[in-house]
Amino acid sequence: MGKYLKFLTVGIVFGIVLVKSEAVSWYRIFEMFKFQSFHMYGIIGSAVVTGIILLLVSNKMKIKNTEGTFLRVPLKERGFIRYILGGLIFGLGWALCGACPGPMYILIGTGAFSILIVIAAALLGTYIYGLTKNKLPH
Amino acid sequence: MEYILEPWPWYVTGPLLAIIMFTLLYFGRTFGMSSNLRTLCAISGAGKRVEFFKFDWKSQRWNLVVVLGAILGGFIAHYLLSNPTTHINLSETTIKDLNAYGFNNVGQSLVPPELFSWDAVFSLKGILILIVGGFLVGFGTRYAGGCTSGHAITGLSSLQLPSLIAVIGFFAGGLIMIHLIYPILF
Repeated sequence: MGKYLKFLTVGIVFGIVLVKSEAVSWYRIFEMFKFQSFHMYGIIGSAVVTGIILLLVSNKMKIKNTEGTFLRVPLKERGFIRYILGGLIFGLGWALCGACPGPMYILIGTGAFSILIVIAAALLGTYIYGLTKNKLPH
Repeated sequence: MEYILEPWPWYVTGPLLAIIMFTLLYFGRTFGMSSNLRTLCAISGAGKRVEFFKFDWKSQRWNLVVVLGAILGGFIAHYLLSNPTTHINLSETTIKDLNAYGFNNVGQSLVPPELFSWDAVFSLKGILILIVGGFLVGFGTRYAGGCTSGHAITGLSSLQLPSLIAVIGFFAGGLIMIHLIYPILF
């Protein structure tokens, strides 16, 4: 159990940050896609800029992870269709229910239990993708 | 304490998300919330029928622990670290637009009761919105190979072109839903 404690801590911080930023709110997602506030763009933008800086610095300093290898982000496969089409489908769903996978779990903790229906449907969607994967253009 | 109880500004929460991503890399893992959906399918036995779910899900237990933490974090932030009388500070035009769609008390809760209350869930339109929305998220995220955490934060931070394409897709889909489909739905 001890080795999982650090992951539990990361998760707790993640849940707190996403609630306190209001990024788990359906309203904030609606507002973002309406371009009516800078708030969500500020969160995503400053996360990416900070992330770029952290990764550049860790590369320069050759920081090793706790497993003893150089800290590196796994590369995504090359491709176009799967990313644009999959992204489009994801975006349609994200705007409809106002929650991407992280917030889905976090909202359970805030007492919005009807999100469990969204999670069940997301599991079904994932299953259907696995079932039809070989027939889809990637 | 006053500052903690109020909503946190974007310039605090955005960098914190990057630190969370970096911390997981430091622990030799990658930030990716949607992978857990695949793991949960595998645990439920989907691997017996579908190749895609035939993998060693036990190696993903750490990520399920992150999810457990996220649920706890959601509870702590909402019930212990928030002022219940503080509303979400949405823009005036957003509130007006939602009022026109028949949404009331906009921003007084995290999710709108018009979609997430049990009354809404037990209406045909209400349940369809949640089911279709969740389904599209689950299908799309696996098709695209990641979600907001994996592509938008981790992928863009590491300057990966596939993630940029996926994020453009996320936004195109969101804009179509909000600007073309919402006016029909509400």
